[in-house]
Amino acid sequence: MSPDPPPTRRRLRAGRRGFLLGLSAAVALGGARLALADAPGERRLVVVLLRGALDGLAAVPAYGDPHHAALRGPLALPEPGQEGGALDLGGRFGLHPRLRTLHALYCANEALVVHAVAGPYRSRSHFEAQDALESGAERPRSSGWLNRALAAARPAAAAPAAALAVGTGVPLLLRGPAAVHSYAPQGLAQPEADLLARLLALHARDPLLGRAVAEGLRDRGFNAAVLAGTEAATGGGAGGAGPRGPGAFAALAAAAGRLLAAAGGPRVAALELGGWDTHAAQAARLLQPLGALDDGIAALREALGEHWRRTAVLVITEFGRTVRANGTLGTDHGTAGVAFVLGGAVAGGAVRTTWPGLAESQLFQGRDLAPTTDLRAIAKGLLRDHLRLPERALAQAFPGSEAVAPMRGLVRA
Amino acid sequence: MPPAPRAPRLRGMEIQSVVASVRFGLGRRPDDPVPADPAAWLERQLAAPPAPLPAEGYAGIPAAFAAIRADRETARAAREAQARMAGSDGAARREGAEGMAAPEPPPGPAGAPPPAFERPRLIRAAGQAWLAHALATEAAFPVRLANFWLNHFTVSRRHPDAGAFLGDFLRTAIHPHVTGRFADMLLAVARHPAMLIYLDNAGSVGPNSRAGLRLGRGLNENLAREILELHTLGRAGGYAQADVTALARILTGWSVEGRREPLGFVFRAAAHEPGEKVLLGRRFAEGEEGGIAALRWLAEHPATHRHLATKLVRHFVADDPPPAAVDRVFATLRDTRGDLGAAARALIRLPQAWSPPLTKLRAPLDYTLAVLRALGMPPDLAAGIAFRDLPRLGQPLWAAPAPNGWADQAAEWAAPEGILRRIEWAHALAGRAARRVDARALAAAVLGPLAHPDTLREAGRAGSARDALTLVLASPEFQRR
Repeated sequence: MSPDPPPTRRRLRAGRRGFLLGLSAAVALGGARLALADAPGERRLVVVLLRGALDGLAAVPAYGDPHHAALRGPLALPEPGQEGGALDLGGRFGLHPRLRTLHALYCANEALVVHAVAGPYRSRSHFEAQDALESGAERPRSSGWLNRALAAARPAAAAPAAALAVGTGVPLLLRGPAAVHSYAPQGLAQPEADLLARLLALHARDPLLGRAVAEGLRDRGFNAAVLAGTEAATGGGAGGAGPRGPGAFAALAAAAGRLLAAAGGPRVAALELGGWDTHAAQAARLLQPLGALDDGIAALREALGEHWRRTAVLVITEFGRTVRANGTLGTDHGTAGVAFVLGGAVAGGAVRTTWPGLAESQLFQGRDLAPTTDLRAIAKGLLRDHLRLPERALAQAFPGSEAVAPMRGLVRA
Repeated sequence: MPPAPRAPRLRGMEIQSVVASVRFGLGRRPDDPVPADPAAWLERQLAAPPAPLPAEGYAGIPAAFAAIRADRETARAAREAQARMAGSDGAARREGAEGMAAPEPPPGPAGAPPPAFERPRLIRAAGQAWLAHALATEAAFPVRLANFWLNHFTVSRRHPDAGAFLGDFLRTAIHPHVTGRFADMLLAVARHPAMLIYLDNAGSVGPNSRAGLRLGRGLNENLAREILELHTLGRAGGYAQADVTALARILTGWSVEGRREPLGFVFRAAAHEPGEKVLLGRRFAEGEEGGIAALRWLAEHPATHRHLATKLVRHFVADDPPPAAVDRVFATLRDTRGDLGAAARALIRLPQAWSPPLTKLRAPLDYTLAVLRALGMPPDLAAGIAFRDLPRLGQPLWAAPAPNGWADQAAEWAAPEGILRRIEWAHALAGRAARRVDARALAAAVLGPLAHPDTLREAGRAGSARDALTLVLASPEFQRR
């Protein structure tokens, strides 16, 4: 899609107040309001990227496997019911005790755990694996699967869901032809509308920067209107939840939830959370990111309010980690791990896995949990059954994945 | 328009003079002389190893260890105080094993001042010293090269213990080698506590070594993998998991000594995996010498030279490196056995490096430095502003999210929110500087022929000096390099 044509200064001046503060300005910005206000469909999809490779067996220990305790050694959590033990998921698997919200969702049939999951990628490089995870293709691409899916769906009457990137950058997952909105906590005072209009015009001759400025201004207006009065609670102010402080992820998740809940707002969002590359002292170092993830899901759910029941959250990471501890009580890069599907729309309360087993002969290359479920099957299942995108969009999202059938039954009928 | 306060000396300036300062430097300062021969001017900057950075400001290894110990003590005291406030028995919870990162500062009790930590203070001092150097120097090409190599060998202060060593890492492992041999830089990096701690090699133990057998400890393959993937061969280099493991075994025992003199790198023979190792079909002897030989061999591998050439051309010329340009730099690295000064001179001689329009988007660090240089602010003051504001602009100094460093392509930096923040930042600075800086004179002196007529016209029509300056500093051409 080509970016909106730059508006003239006169049109911007006419809408000067709203230009900065609310939706009315979107009218002046060349039809952007249509994309925001008229996005049909009420289903929401949130993708949470855990960058750095979450140890799936730390988040979801397979304590029912006869080899689990011996292989995990010092990394094994006590079994459910014991002090500091895992939260039970029905007899074979547990959940890390820091994932209390996820466990409550599981008990309410709103959380699905998919275990022994991996993308098609096998060589244990974070950076290639993250690219593959986001681009949806084995060869590096400059666009992400989620964006391509939404772009491919647009011609159909059913589904131009607008997407939202949270933070100052746009993750590869959401890059591509479809327009993407962005949100990040504010801080500095903005220049006057008149100066912004001049800068917008000045940037029009630079395709990359021109589009960035136009989209950024449009989103600022929308976000300010939706989040009016709540900015202090979302990490914009001094102290408390700064961009890296504790609670920052929950604050961003809450803002994403409010924007997704707004009438005419985006319907798809991507969030990122790091801190998972636990090569050393894993048990201690996982507490903070696991807590941030769990608090973030709770904040997202609360902010979505009644729209939670129309929401699916997909939590994914680039690969799993070694089953055994390494020499520094951490884990090195592995293969299969865990994915979560959460939300009021999700047919949860189960661990879905073709469990590969943890016997020596069952490990991948003698060291990793073996992959039995293709991550793309989960993503395709959500695109098809939750966002109700056509097959064409699935094919655009994951080229060359014809052999990977969308996973069925992820969401309630 | 009032008459420009500075003489527009650049009116007849060759466009190449500006391109040299923008593409290979950090942008012009208004009073910088205009080099008559821009390529020769750049070559002169590479003629000798860069002058050593002063020890002052860049805390040394003993100071970094002292800061880590002090912060551990501070964190322990704060936890105990918190536990007493909470009415518990005051037993401090241990987080993390000895030798690992000290825990992040716990939240202080309500009303109490937060505990003062030493590591962030060291990092800030070193960061500001380096930024002030970058702002003050006329010869900015070596600074750009140092920033490039520091990003190539990323150590992020998101790991607070590793971050405490960053000043020394830059001063002793990166900066002295920017016109030297790549193998020497690689070795200096791989033996520096910053890297050994950041990528966990300090605690990696050969499973069959004396220490491994006694303690039941084993390998940590983090550093070995990133040396192969990021620092040397690159993902196209054709190594396998077995090679990652082999290099991890080769590097067992490469550790840090934080208690007894001499502090810093130590080879712990008791933790070194015995026996010969095979890396990519090549045999390396047991012992510290085997590791040195392996790193020197990797440093001069053709795949490494190809990887480095691609990254250099991507950084200095274009997001999508022209293959012919990569070939030229590759051939230089191959023929000189990894002479980084020769590679930098090869970059200057690339015809692709001199042809506007300039397509690279300045990352926030480069943009910030270029704006502050253009405004001619005192370097120490400007360094403080840059260090403070870079997080908002999306690139906190030396805090890359992951070991592959900051991205080097425009798509990573052109997100709407990121670009709007540049505009806001430029506007905020323009508010400070507008009374003494004329926008159009600045554009002429700093951008010269690169200034776009639209920008100059809009700056001339702007309603205030501040707005005019914002239009120049936030213009598209100011964001490109």
